[in-house]
Amino acid sequence: MSLRASTSQTIGPYLRIGLEWMVIEDLAPQGAAGERLRIEGKVIDGDGKPVNDAAVEIWQANSHGKYASPEDTQARPLEPGFRGYGRSLTDDAGAFRFRTIKPGPVPGLDGKPQAPHLVVTIFMRGLLKQLVTRMYFPDEPANAGDPVLSLVPAERRATLVAKRKGDGVLEWNVELQGKNETVFFDF
Amino acid sequence: MKSIAPYRRPYWNTQPDYLFPKYASSVRRAPTQPLVVLPHTLSEVTAPVFGYDDVKPTDSDLTRQHKGEPQGERIVVHGRVLDENGKPVPGILLEIWQANAAGRYNHRVDQHDAPIDPNFTGAGRALTDAEGRYRFMSIRPGEYPWRNHYNAWRPAHIHFSLFGPAVVSRLITQMYFPGDPLLDYDPMFTCVADEKARNRLICSFDWETTMPEYALGYRFDIVLRGREATPMENRR
Repeated sequence: MSLRASTSQTIGPYLRIGLEWMVIEDLAPQGAAGERLRIEGKVIDGDGKPVNDAAVEIWQANSHGKYASPEDTQARPLEPGFRGYGRSLTDDAGAFRFRTIKPGPVPGLDGKPQAPHLVVTIFMRGLLKQLVTRMYFPDEPANAGDPVLSLVPAERRATLVAKRKGDGVLEWNVELQGKNETVFFDF
Repeated sequence: MKSIAPYRRPYWNTQPDYLFPKYASSVRRAPTQPLVVLPHTLSEVTAPVFGYDDVKPTDSDLTRQHKGEPQGERIVVHGRVLDENGKPVPGILLEIWQANAAGRYNHRVDQHDAPIDPNFTGAGRALTDAEGRYRFMSIRPGEYPWRNHYNAWRPAHIHFSLFGPAVVSRLITQMYFPGDPLLDYDPMFTCVADEKARNRLICSFDWETTMPEYALGYRFDIVLRGREATPMENRR
């Protein structure tokens, strides 16, 4: 058989049938250390309309900057019950939401810490492959030196940083096109 | 921290572009700004781990989720999940979903005038074993019309979602059936230029897996992105 990666195909409009059983909007179990946050956002298409059939998945380290993955060999503690994976399916208003803890900094390629961030993967009808982006945190001095943010044209960086909406609540919208088009990565 | 070997970038023409006007919904959803090339840091080469707390062995049989037998032709769909280096990928989560035998999804958005089957939901889950193998029991899905263009019909297909060992090896794809005359008219199937890549989305009939007087067997192997052999520190 060929050893080239299989071709991606769209998730289509009926994703709920396959993915709804594992919606995880609350990532942080009781007792997990770290700052608790709610993240709320919308996915908006090129006509300004809400995308009501997207799957938004997040992947993050715990508050110690440790991923619950065998690939992370750092000597940092795991949090029991904290997997670091979330999945929200957008509703009729295009909205997704997560309750989680703010991740700690994880090392970048040069070993220096990256600013705290979520890796975000988005699937929807109309996309033949996923979009990959990152969400960074507001009022975070480390953003200025983050090695990935610094690859993004300065005038577009704000699209990757959530806004503080209230006490413990962050807002981060994903705009697929238009003036404030979110930065997406070639991953 | 040891240095990190990045995952291979896609081979030319084997992955779709975001904008593919023949697929009408891509036009207002595809990014218009240039993508930023993402280095593969620890955040990109790690991924969630799933296990038997998440998935029951019975989740892989889509014909046994209700009181009665679903309508249609029973099929076994099995295969292996490998990476581009030929290594089996064990212990990863597969999620599948599909239309019923009449070509109708059990979903409020599907208004196609074909019957819902009360004995068929059309969703399944499995974990790959130590050799990267998986196996589902299901019903052959029906073809169905959609509104992308005049007289548009989707070929019979099963949606597959896979988690790999890394966030960047996450894959959602569709499996098609051999000899389906609708394939050549389908903008999803034809979305990549490389014909061989496209044809790898078609499963093959598998006589050895076929169960006498019970179910036809099909084999569908899936390849996830593999890692480069050498770590490249500070590579952009």
